[in-house]
Amino acid sequence: MTEETKTMRGLEAIRLAIEEEMERDDSVFLIGEDIGRFGGAFFVTEGLLDKFGSERVRDTPISENAILGCAVGAAMVGMRPIAEIMFADFLTVCMEMIVNQAAKARYMYGGQISVPVTIRVPFGTGIMGAAQHSQSFESWFMHVPGLKVVLPSNARDFKGLMKTAVRDNDPVIFFENKRAYYQTGEVPLDKNFTIPFGQARKFTEGDDVTIVATGAMVLESINAARKLEAENIHCEVIDPRTLVPLDKDSILNSVEKTGRLLIVDEGCKTCSVSAEIAAIVAEEGFHFLKKRIIRLNTPNVPIPYSPNLEKAIIPNAKLIQENVKKLT
Amino acid sequence: MKKDELPKDLSSDELINLYKKMLLIREFEQRITKDTGKIKSPLVHAYTGEEAIAVGACAAINEDDYITSTHRGHGHFIAKGGDINSLMAEIYGKEGGICKGRGGSMHVADFSKNMLGANGIVGAGPPLALGVALASKMRNEGKVVLTFFGDGAANQGMLHESMNLAAIWKLPIIFVLENNKYGWSTPVDYATVIKDLSLRAQGYGMKGFTIDGNDVIEVYKTIKEAVDIARKGGGPTLIECKTYRWQGQTTMDADKYRLTEEKEEWKRKCPIEKFKIRLIKNEVFDRAIIQKIGEDTLEQIDQSVKITKKSPKPDINTVLDDIYKNPMNLGGN
Ligand SMILES: Cc1ncc(C[n+]2csc(CCOP(=O)(O)OP(=O)(O)O)c2C)c(N)n1
Ligand SMILES: [Mg+2]
Repeated sequence: MTEETKTMRGLEAIRLAIEEEMERDDSVFLIGEDIGRFGGAFFVTEGLLDKFGSERVRDTPISENAILGCAVGAAMVGMRPIAEIMFADFLTVCMEMIVNQAAKARYMYGGQISVPVTIRVPFGTGIMGAAQHSQSFESWFMHVPGLKVVLPSNARDFKGLMKTAVRDNDPVIFFENKRAYYQTGEVPLDKNFTIPFGQARKFTEGDDVTIVATGAMVLESINAARKLEAENIHCEVIDPRTLVPLDKDSILNSVEKTGRLLIVDEGCKTCSVSAEIAAIVAEEGFHFLKKRIIRLNTPNVPIPYSPNLEKAIIPNAKLIQENVKKLT
Repeated sequence: MKKDELPKDLSSDELINLYKKMLLIREFEQRITKDTGKIKSPLVHAYTGEEAIAVGACAAINEDDYITSTHRGHGHFIAKGGDINSLMAEIYGKEGGICKGRGGSMHVADFSKNMLGANGIVGAGPPLALGVALASKMRNEGKVVLTFFGDGAANQGMLHESMNLAAIWKLPIIFVLENNKYGWSTPVDYATVIKDLSLRAQGYGMKGFTIDGNDVIEVYKTIKEAVDIARKGGGPTLIECKTYRWQGQTTMDADKYRLTEEKEEWKRKCPIEKFKIRLIKNEVFDRAIIQKIGEDTLEQIDQSVKITKKSPKPDINTVLDDIYKNPMNLGGN
């Protein structure tokens, strides 16, 4: 049986997932700033107010703490809220509700409850957002036991992982890459299509170099891998898709085959996603490695406004190509 | 023609300056947000329609007093005496910008003028203002802080914590609430139950006023009074200025959530036009002077466009500069 799909942009795939889950489960509701009538800063929730009404699509004042308090509290008593924080950068305003409340409640209260909240956050560069509208905070949340961290890179995965996030019984922080919002892909229309957490996706096969990439860096890596094919260098591009839980096996198996590892993510280098993955491979797959591990990240610098400066610090296909060659 | 009450402490030149400043802000925003073919329009939050607040408020403080600003900060920047060439160059991400192209529209700041920065985080200005006011108090400097924020920011926890702390320590802060009826697409009467947001002041034991934010003189007078109190150690005041933004939330905003009639109604309450008529009535200036001011303003802006276009892009080799005052080895690719 062939899968029925439709071409759509990333942001539409997320919308479709939310819509299906809201239809499926009355306890799912949306809460956030300008998400209803306006449709959201990136229009992810456009049209959902008309469809589900203002009880279930709740516009709030500019009060991030209250938004997440509401979502986490409601989740503790059995609702399945999807909260939108307009930009990942504003997570700083409401860290309390995520880190000390949502993440801790289940364990701290001896497993009496679960907190099935989904927190959606657009993140990343590419819109001249400068220092306070461009950040990639995903690794911060990997450091907090009790949270699940999801970071899809494309439309299909947006849909499948969003559905899983909503159905999951633990707090999920769902990072939505801004560039991926506008890239189109084939998205399954099956309402039962979900993607389990903890399963990496392999985009290309190869024996030479393993490239592990997240978010916008996945497409950059695929583009680099295609170019490298012409030079007879075959890369395996792997997108973990969820950072917690992380599919270590897929990464280690690939490194076992290639013996070479390049990791690319958009976060600042120190304590980044790439740092964690490099540490895992160094610890558990050292004997596979034929060369040193290379990490490509944004350097440890606030994101500058000027586009030429921004471009200069964000890894891209060209940089990936050059660095793959250093490993071969 | 009947003359009305203009503040006696303002000379004709000072009154004309208020007009000039408002017009400069207006024309500046027009130039960068309307596609005239002269320079392309970046993503900005334009201050158009709200000029009387920044200009009236900044006229009521001294040059060495402080302000904190918002994401809609160009007006505050200009009103506090910032240079429009370095403002424009910043908005276009050029090396000649006031923040060397690192900050952009949402982060314009001129510390030489004690303009402590536009801010991309809604509600983040007032907490900073606390510390600035505290420093002034601890050092007996007698300086005050105006902290501008919107009706949207008025619902941030940070703002409420700030009002309370300012009140108990009697910090020299004026909370200048720019109520332009919307926080992005969210109407203020959806986001708050009370009609006048100045009512909030009571809960923190400070005075609160709601005024016409499109009347530069009313803004000036009210802020001046609050400033005098604050300088004497009498503590903070909350001043809600009712106004309206003429343009979308940003230059990218299709602005479909506001009715055309509402927009037109507020354009009829143009703060600049109103003030101009008032100054003519009071014989402070005449059509010839107005014409001249208009021409000078546009010329200044033309000049800024030229300078901005000539200013180089930042050198990518400097991208890691300025992160720390005491340099250290930075990790990177
Ligand atoms: C903490 C935070 N939340 C949300 C935003 C997104 N945002 C930017 S401006 C804005 C509306 C602000 O409204 P208001 O305070 O009334 O100021 P105005 O834009 O009307 O001048 C919003 C929601 C932000 N920048 N920071
Ligand atoms: Mg507002």
